[in-house]
Formats: sequence, structure tokens, C-alpha cells
Amino acid sequence: MSHRLAFYIHIPYCLARCGYCDFNTYTPRELQSDTVGSLSSRYIESAIREIESASARVGAAVVPSIFFGGGTPSLMAGTEIASVINTIRDRFELASDAEITIEVNPDSVTSEFLALTREAGANRISMGMQSAKAHVLAALDRTHSPESVPRAVELVRSHGYEHCSVDLIYGTPGESIDDWRESVAAALSLKVDHLSAYALIVEKGTKLAARVKSGELIIPPEDETATKYEIVDEMCGEKGFHWYELSNWSAEGGECRHNISYWDGSHWWGVGPGAHSYFNGVRWWNVKHPETYQSKIKEGKSPMLESEELSEQNRRDESIMLRIRMREGIPLSDLSPAERERVGQYLESNHLDDGAWTQGKLVLTRSGRLIADRIVREILV
Amino acid sequence: MPAIPSGKAPQPSQTNPEQIRNFCIIAHIDHGKSTLADRMLGITGVVEARNMREQYLDRMDIERERGITIKSQAVRLPWKSGIDGKEYILNMIDTPGHVDFTYEVSRSLAACEGAILLVDCAQGIEAQTLANLYLAMENDLTIIPVLNKIDLPAAQPEKFAIELSKLVGCKPEDCMRVSGKTGEGVEELLDQIVAQLPPPKGDPHAPARALIFDSVYDTYRGVVTYVRVVDGKLSPREQIQMVSTGVKHELLDIGVISPEPVSSKGLSVGEVGYLITGVKDVRLSRVGDTVTSYNNPAKEGLSGYKDPKPMVFSGLYPIDGDEYPMLRDALDKLQLNDAALVYEPETSAALGFGFRCGFLGLLHMEIVRERLEREFNLSLISTAPNVVYKVFLENGKDAVVTNPSEFPNGKVEKVLEPIVKATILSPTDYIGTIMELCQQRRGTLGGMDYLSEDRVEIRYTLPLAEIVFDFFDQLKSRTKGYASLDYEPIGEAEGDLVKVDILLQGDTVDAFSSIVHREKAYAYGVMMTSKLRELIPRQQFEVPIQAAIGAKIIARENIRAIRKDVLAKCYGGDITRKRKLLEKQKEGKKRMKMVGRVEVPQEAFIAALSTNADVEAGKTKK
Repeated sequence: MSHRLAFYIHIPYCLARCGYCDFNTYTPRELQSDTVGSLSSRYIESAIREIESASARVGAAVVPSIFFGGGTPSLMAGTEIASVINTIRDRFELASDAEITIEVNPDSVTSEFLALTREAGANRISMGMQSAKAHVLAALDRTHSPESVPRAVELVRSHGYEHCSVDLIYGTPGESIDDWRESVAAALSLKVDHLSAYALIVEKGTKLAARVKSGELIIPPEDETATKYEIVDEMCGEKGFHWYELSNWSAEGGECRHNISYWDGSHWWGVGPGAHSYFNGVRWWNVKHPETYQSKIKEGKSPMLESEELSEQNRRDESIMLRIRMREGIPLSDLSPAERERVGQYLESNHLDDGAWTQGKLVLTRSGRLIADRIVREILV
Repeated sequence: MPAIPSGKAPQPSQTNPEQIRNFCIIAHIDHGKSTLADRMLGITGVVEARNMREQYLDRMDIERERGITIKSQAVRLPWKSGIDGKEYILNMIDTPGHVDFTYEVSRSLAACEGAILLVDCAQGIEAQTLANLYLAMENDLTIIPVLNKIDLPAAQPEKFAIELSKLVGCKPEDCMRVSGKTGEGVEELLDQIVAQLPPPKGDPHAPARALIFDSVYDTYRGVVTYVRVVDGKLSPREQIQMVSTGVKHELLDIGVISPEPVSSKGLSVGEVGYLITGVKDVRLSRVGDTVTSYNNPAKEGLSGYKDPKPMVFSGLYPIDGDEYPMLRDALDKLQLNDAALVYEPETSAALGFGFRCGFLGLLHMEIVRERLEREFNLSLISTAPNVVYKVFLENGKDAVVTNPSEFPNGKVEKVLEPIVKATILSPTDYIGTIMELCQQRRGTLGGMDYLSEDRVEIRYTLPLAEIVFDFFDQLKSRTKGYASLDYEPIGEAEGDLVKVDILLQGDTVDAFSSIVHREKAYAYGVMMTSKLRELIPRQQFEVPIQAAIGAKIIARENIRAIRKDVLAKCYGGDITRKRKLLEKQKEGKKRMKMVGRVEVPQEAFIAALSTNADVEAGKTKK
């Protein structure tokens, strides 16, 4: 029986760095280059080489999903994305119903790009919308305008993409509750079948962190951010989008299967600088800088920086920590009697779904999802 | 050079009392006592310059760091008078200078015929110095007023000579002027000790009687007892007896300190030295007790013996519950050297297993705690200090309460609390603010005297509980640090006192219960509930924090339920990071204490229990 192996392809380039972002991405200027185009073809070559080495290591495998993330994959040439997909198709068995997602920016995605990628088999687009309010986008340093999003979604649909998702961020300095409602409403009015919404995290070392520290920007209180989560969950429900993971909602059949593989313990291979992989109980991650990554590949070496073999305990901890985020929940039979008793007290405070509990499952309610990390600690202490 | 060459000085056990002068130095912290004592050691030749280290006589690290003499010592100094050219033996008895150790001070004074009243002539006299001066005068000691630090540019010897002369009842020009630092005037001072102090009196033929003025545990030698012989003679290898306890010991070693211990052929009338009997516990050789000869015992002990009485209590708990046995062993060891320390096991629902400990006062408490942490490597939580209450119930029963959570719940007829006489010395500018503070603290003005035009002595009667609760801090901050305080217990008085309990989600947290005056109960309740609201993290449910007297709620705060405790994003690259964070948080959760269903971090207990009582102001010495 052959393995199942999902692929994540990291595109480590952006035209500009957003103030809140601490992802592993680089602007052409940071890499002493004029355009992304001058970097991308060389990079794609290395990525393809890593996929070939994955094939040598894993052997035969069915690939249920591919996800191009970044960075900004829409800065690549459509042909480059297509060549990656084709390499995977050549080296592995790409499932007939494989989900192939590409993250795009509303202001850089082109008709040509969408046509080429669609032709290569991509069938899902994930768009970084973040907010429908110009002042919120400005606080986030996003370069696109609110108006560009509906246009871009139309364009995606016109190229025959089956699935389209938008990402939103809540809790940005200066964002009111009403701003947030408007953003959610705007997102749900689009022709999308999936929505991701993340609370803004002020990551150390970002420009945002500096602006918050200086007092120029003020992070809204946690309780308000909690309210915003409740709002998006509520509004999605009204639209017929159900939550299937803590920060993800979709129409029936619109779930992102690739992301689910991160949470249910499936195997995945992350290609590119800084990308993480998980296979047969081992997790590893690559060197972070695109240049270092490419020179390693060129020298015929593994781009891996570090790896860890997960102990039984690690695997169990991760399994609880990740599965609790899902609508599917955790069978109570997976918990010890002591764990069940500890976590059971959250039934009373309405953090756990009563009905699911009676049917032998631990499923978080809306307020429970908001304190999921706390509940995990209660189980695993 | 009036120092006597070594070997030629009068020898212990053979010194004529006429040649002996016993004295101590009364001084406030930082007024230069140790420096002067060091200088005397140097001038009399008992310590050679190359062996000299600062504060030679202070043995314990904590003492040297804090500049406090906790345990007194006695040094035998040979001196040839520059006035009459004769040879003398000066016994310098070091006194502890802190308010908590008044009884020990009184015993040291009782071993002397005279005292040097040492005052920094840039600062003037301080409250505890004054208290000890009065104690010395009550003991009929001859007082030699001495102005120290005359080398300082800020010295005002004329001004403070007037102040001292008023207090001692002499002429300003009778105050001696010295500098312990440069040595100026120190030889003259030694000569004046000989000239002014009377020699000790005693009956050399009577049964032996020696006053214990200090008792110290030494790891190698067991208990070292410091005595002043009043009558008769003590000799090596004889059997001795403690008058109050009747305990019999064999005298394994006897000698003098000069300044290292030197064995002698005994100690006779007027002499000061040490005894070693091999006992391992200072409680068998108590300060104030009388040593006599077993075969020819004295009929009566010397007067003035008292059992040390703990005045301030606190619960001590190991932060790590596994360290409870270590804490017990450490207390057992400390008690060998500290007859005033008492403790018994207690259990707190909030803090686990620990000990209720009794101390002479706040500084004593601080020292014990610091020694437990430093010498025994323990991490401790201590409950807020409290005094001891006598509670009389309407049903005729009564109880002694040393732990507020044990305050009886029945109908209380009356409560007695300890009362102290406090003496505050301050620049006159602060009279108003000091009186205001003392009134707030239920004080009764006892009187006021001007020491000089701009310095005043204010006397108040106050409940000890009020002093224990951040009084020093308040006094210091209101007087910019200029006021000094001394107090001594004078008995008990009835107080309108109630127990305030603190409840978390309806459960009483025993460690936070406190006994306070009825009129202050509300303020205490508000203070504690709001403090705890800040300190306790939000929980999965709303947590009411209440302050209550019996069933009556007097203050309330709410910790709202936590609403958000989750990282929204969790994709491939986040998993390892998130798991590692979880592992760290699991550790953090283990350090939480459960109060009912409420998780309270250790840090919250420590912060909530600190009264910020600053004991600095309570120290005197040097």
C-alpha cells in the first residue's frame, strides 16, 4: 500500500513586507534584485529538485493535495506553478480529485496566471483579503484596496476555479466591532465557499510590534477580539458556512482538505526555505533563507535545517492539541478517565458541546473554541 | 604607648576586680559602633593591623551585610591607663541594637557598670539609642556621652553635645569627641572608661553566680555561653547548674575572648568570658539565667530573668511542598541558636503543610526567614505577620489565637491584643504628620519632649498589630526617613477587633484571613479584594472575590471569566512551536495552587501576602 503525502510549496517572495507579517518571505530589494521574476525561475528549479528528492525518499505515494503558500505565489509566472504541479504529477500519483490551492494577492493576480494554473490542474484559490476597510488595511500595511477583492474573486470564478476562499484578520488596531461586521459581510457576499479568520498576533520583531510598543498603535482588548470571533462564527452560520476548524468556515464541500491534513496527523512534505514537513513520526524544517536553500540544493545536499522525532508523548500531545480545534472533535475513548473528569468541568461552563459529549465526543462550543488552548492544558497537564 | 605587651597583662581568674571595667556601647545603626570597636581592638593591641577586617566582631554574614549585631560578644582588652599608669582589663560587651532584642540588650547592660553613648555628630541621637540609654540609666550604669565622626565635614559637635548633655544630665563640654575612623580621641576615651566607670563589685567567697548575657550555637563546639561573673569563681571541669532550669552541665572549657577564644583557669568576680558545656541547644543555656556551681549552689539567681516571648507570628510554607521535611529540619537547627524562635506545624488549605512561627518582632522574623532561604536553600511563602490575641467568648471559653484563620466563630465577648509604648524621635517639622499617623493607628499620645530646638521625642501607646502592619514604612515615607522609632511591649488591651475572611468563589482562603479593627475592616477588605483581582488570572468561570466578617460580605470584586485563550492560527509550521509552548505551560500549571476550583499562581500568594513592612527603620546599630 502506498503512502499518502500532501505537498506544501513555499513561495518566499513578496513585493513589500506587511507590518504584521513574520513569515519567511523576502522582497526583491532585500535579495538585491530588481524583480521577483529574476529570482523565481531559479527558485522554482530548486523547488522541483526538492520534490524529486522527496520522491526518492518516500517512494510511491498518492498526493491528495497541493498548496502553494507564501509569500506571494501569484508573483510567480503561471508556467512556473504549472511546472511544479507537473513534477508532482510525474513523480507521484496525483489523486484524481486532488485539491490544488494557490494563495493569491487581490492586487497582483492576473488573468494569465489564473488561466495557466487552472490549466495545470489548480482548482482552489485562497485570497488574502484581510479586511474590507481601507483604514484597517492601512494599519496592516496591505497594498491592495478593498475594491480589488470582489474584482479578483470574479476573475478567479471566470477561469473556472471550483473553490475560492478569502482570509480575514480581526483585532487590528483601529478596527471597530462594526468595521469587523462589515468586513465579514463583505467577505460572505463574495462568490466564495470558504472563509478563514485569524486574530491578529503581534509577532516579535515586526514593524507592527514596534508601532505598538511606541504607543502609535493600540491593540484592542482581548475581550473585544473574542467578541469579533463570536461575530464571524455567527455570521458564517447565518450564511450556511459551518465551522470545521477553529478559524475556518466553509459551505458544504468547501473545506480545505489540505489544511485538514495538518490537523489530523496526515503526512505532508513542505518544499522550499523554512518549510516544515511531517512524515512517519518525524518532523523537520528547511533552512530559512532562499539563497542558502538554493545553494544547498545545488550542492546536492538536503536543505533540512533541523528535525525532531516525535515521542509517543509528543504525538499524543499534538494529536489532542490539533484535533480539539476540529468540528470532528476527539472521541472520549481517546482520553483517560482522569482527563475526562478534568475536562468535564468545562461542560458546566458551557465550553463543551453537551450533545456531542453524550454521544461520546469532545467538541468545543463557540466559547470553548475561544479558550481551546486552556482546555488542552487542562487535559494534558 | 598604653597598650600592654602581650603576656604581661593581668590574667583571667587572677585579675583583681579593682582592675576591671565592664562597658558596652549604645549606638544607632550607622553611628559607627563597629568602627570604634575595631579601633579599640587595634589600639589595645589585641588585633594586629594585618589581621584586621572590618566589623571584626560581627560574625554572621547576614549581620555584616545588614550592619546589624544580632549576637553580642565580649572582648577582653588589656589597657594601661594614660592617667594613673596602672594596668587594667576592659571588657567590651557588644549589644544587639534592635528593637526586637530589647531583652537581650537589657541583659548585656546588666553585665556592665557603664555604657558609652555613641552618637554620630552629623545625625544626632535616634529613637532606639534613646530607648537603650533609658534602659542603661534604669540599670544605674555610668554613661559616657561620646560624639563620633568628628572628622566628617557635616559634623555639628556643638549642637549635639547640647542634646546629649540634656539627656544624660551633664555639661556639653563633658561630651567626648572621637573619630573611630581616624582614631582621634579613642585613647582618651579608653582612659576615661577607666577613670569614670566603677569597678565591678562582688563577693569572691560566696557561691558562684554568673549572668548569662548571650548564648550562641557553634557547629564545632556546641553552645558557647557568655557570662559575667558576679560572685565567686567558675573553674574548668567543675559541674555547673542553671538556676532557672536546674539543668546540670560539666564545664568543658572556660575562657575569655581577646578577640579569639583563649582558655583560662577560670573566671572570677567581675570577669567576663565564655563557657562551653557540650550542650547543643541554646534553650538549655538561656540569656538572663544564672550559672552557679553544682556542688556549692547559690540560693538565689540574679534578678531579671525572663523567658523570651514571641510577639509576632507568621506562617512559613515551602513553595515546593516536597521541601516540608527540609523546612522542619532547618527550623530545628535554627532553634539551636535562637531560644526566642518557636514554631509548630500547621496546615493551610491554600498553602499546604508549613509551620506557624513566633518571633520577637519583625526584624527577628526577617532574619529567620532570610537564614532559612540562604543557609538552607529553601524557597518560602510567608503569611502576613500578626500578633497574638486572647479571645474571650460569651460562653465563658477563651482561646489564644496566633493564626488569624483560627479566630473563633462563636459570640465574642472581648479580645485582648498586645500594646506597646512607642518612642519616635523626629525633626519638629514632622510632628503633625507623625501624630496623624499614630492617631490613624489607634495610638494614644503619651507625651512629647523637645530634645533640642528642632528635634522632638514623641511617645505613643499603640497596638502592636498596627506597628506590624507597615507602620515603619509609613513613618519613613511621611518623614522623608528622618524619624526613628522604638517600641517595647507594655501589656494588653481590649480592642474592637474582627476577623476579615477573604473568599474566592465562596471558599475562604485561610492564608488571607486577618484580624483587624472593626473600623478598618472595610478598608482592609477593599484593599485585599482589589489586590487579588489584579493578581489572580482570569479563569474559565467568573470568580467573585469577597471580604467578609462572619457571614456578612463587606467588599466584593469580580474576576470575569476568561474569554480568549487560543492561538487562532495553527498550520504546518506552527505545530512544533505550539507544542513546545504547551510543554512550558504545563510546567506553569503545576506551580498553580488550587483554591477550591480556582487556580492561583504562587506569585499571587507571595504578592498578596507582602505587607511591604519595611524593617529597615527598625534597626539600630554600629
